[in-house]
Amino acid sequence: MAATVPLQQTPEPDAQLQAEFERERHATWKRFKRHKLAIAGSAVLICIVLVAIFAPFLSPWNPNFIDQAHWNGYPLAPGTYGHFLGSDENGRDLFARLMFGARISLTVGIFAVLIEVVVGTFLGALAGYYGKWVDYVIMRATDVFLSIPLLPLLLVLTAIVAASSNKAALSFGVIVIIIGGLGWMPVTRLVRASYLSLREKEFAEAARAIGGSDGRIMFRHLLPNAVAPIIVQATLDVANVIILESALSFLGFGIQPPTASWGNMLANAEYNMAIAPWAAIFPGLAILVTVLSINYMGDGLRDALDPNMR
Amino acid sequence: MLRRSGQAVPLLLLISVIIFLILHEAPGGPLTPYLQNPHITPADIARLKHNFGLDRPLYVQYLAWLGHVVRGDFGYSTSNSMTVVGAILGRLPATVILMGCAFVFSLLIGIPAGLLAAIKPYTIWDYLVTTFAFFGQSMPVFWFALMLQLVFSVHGITGFGYRLQLPSASMCYTDACPIDDRVVHLILPTVVLSLAYIATWSRFTRSSMLEVIRTDYMRTAAAKGLAPAVVVLKHGLKNAVIPVVTIIAISLPGLVGGAIITETIFAWPGMGRLFFNALGQFDFPLLMGYLMLVSFLVVLFNLLADVAYAWLDPRVKYD
Repeated sequence: MAATVPLQQTPEPDAQLQAEFERERHATWKRFKRHKLAIAGSAVLICIVLVAIFAPFLSPWNPNFIDQAHWNGYPLAPGTYGHFLGSDENGRDLFARLMFGARISLTVGIFAVLIEVVVGTFLGALAGYYGKWVDYVIMRATDVFLSIPLLPLLLVLTAIVAASSNKAALSFGVIVIIIGGLGWMPVTRLVRASYLSLREKEFAEAARAIGGSDGRIMFRHLLPNAVAPIIVQATLDVANVIILESALSFLGFGIQPPTASWGNMLANAEYNMAIAPWAAIFPGLAILVTVLSINYMGDGLRDALDPNMR
Repeated sequence: MLRRSGQAVPLLLLISVIIFLILHEAPGGPLTPYLQNPHITPADIARLKHNFGLDRPLYVQYLAWLGHVVRGDFGYSTSNSMTVVGAILGRLPATVILMGCAFVFSLLIGIPAGLLAAIKPYTIWDYLVTTFAFFGQSMPVFWFALMLQLVFSVHGITGFGYRLQLPSASMCYTDACPIDDRVVHLILPTVVLSLAYIATWSRFTRSSMLEVIRTDYMRTAAAKGLAPAVVVLKHGLKNAVIPVVTIIAISLPGLVGGAIITETIFAWPGMGRLFFNALGQFDFPLLMGYLMLVSFLVVLFNLLADVAYAWLDPRVKYD
């Protein structure tokens, strides 16, 4: 194997550049570490993610199992019959449903934001890089979609799609697409703003001079330099999407029972609040803790990645 | 400024096109409720389509709708058996009352809290305010509402020989609706609706004031020997409040839209609940009217925010 000599030696990595990169990365990590609440938020979030991933192994009960042996029509109180947090109004274990609800909230949040970021980055890159009428058209579209209030629009869309597909339940994927498809505007604005200044930089000019295609310059050369604000925005958006999804599910237009989501668990608990407050307290607490952790993490990321923005 | 208002008109037209397209081109369209009825045959659907003019080309339908809208006719609300404009106007007072209370309450709490945090940065006050702001922004509104109902309506609070129990639904106990009755009913929805605004406004006030405090003219004012209160309130607040006004103007229409959840939970007879009920009955004219109205408010308040900004800050010039 050692006999073949490559025709063209790959150049040695520039040691100085590498050192600079590592110094910068180290400084970023140090800034993030200074933000104690961001560290705490990240730790809590990691725990929630682990619980969501391993829910089938960790959960003592099947989330849809009705404990008919003990359930008498009323929600079971916390700590009774092996139900750590009690049961919901149908005799299903609340803790198990919370664990599986975490899967819904987190996956909706992550996938919807993924759609937002892909669409938003693409449109923002086009607008910022090409300018002129491309920019004009994309920015007007951004204005239009930012002017229509999100919650009513989401409600109308989910209601229409659910009714016309003649199913009571909207599939998980449709909800993700609808939420993600209506959230690309902030990312578009951010990416456009970065590209407006990046496209004038020398390295962009250099890439153009050696004949790089527009697509290559946009996504290979400019994008890595515009990534920091996108990461911060995406993190905070995950928190917003989790709240939106739970609000939709709470109002009956999101994830439908029997699939457990923190939002629809609250909808059902509302009517039993006087006799079974636990069924209303814990799902909301789960939303609050998750969203709060993500928001603190996002705040720490902003401080770390963008030290001028404080 | 005239030119900026001129830009608002095409923006509104585009918004109306999008809303129209979403409601009419979504699978099913305005006849969605009939599709689920087993007694209605495809022939019936075709006849209904023809009667309602839904078989015309889409742009003809849109232009016809637009023609009525510019004359103030948003159609007939099937779920309320009256015109859309009539239905919305009938609910407007309740929403305006709730919005107004939430607005004033958020201002009274949010701005001073932000100021306090900025004047005493990195003290216990600052941490209290910023932590509260984070909680307020992360709080699911509907759960906050449920918890307040649980504490103040279901159980009530007893202490010092008094019993505090607040109503959890509607505007009044009786038809006469005396003022004290109204106030009692307003408390919980106002607090719920205000939470998010107190959180954002206090954060903005804090960061804006922190920036102003660092400026030279603040040091000058202090060096002249002015009382600290005068420095902060007269020289500081006046400048710090400029970007805050913009944020407030932009978030006002959100009060209308955001009231959907609050009004639904507290059975408040406002526009948000009107919209939500219409949603369940596929009352398309009302849904379109509501979306148009709220979008119009967004555009209007964005414009007002620009105007206010230029007016408050002479350094800003729009060409």
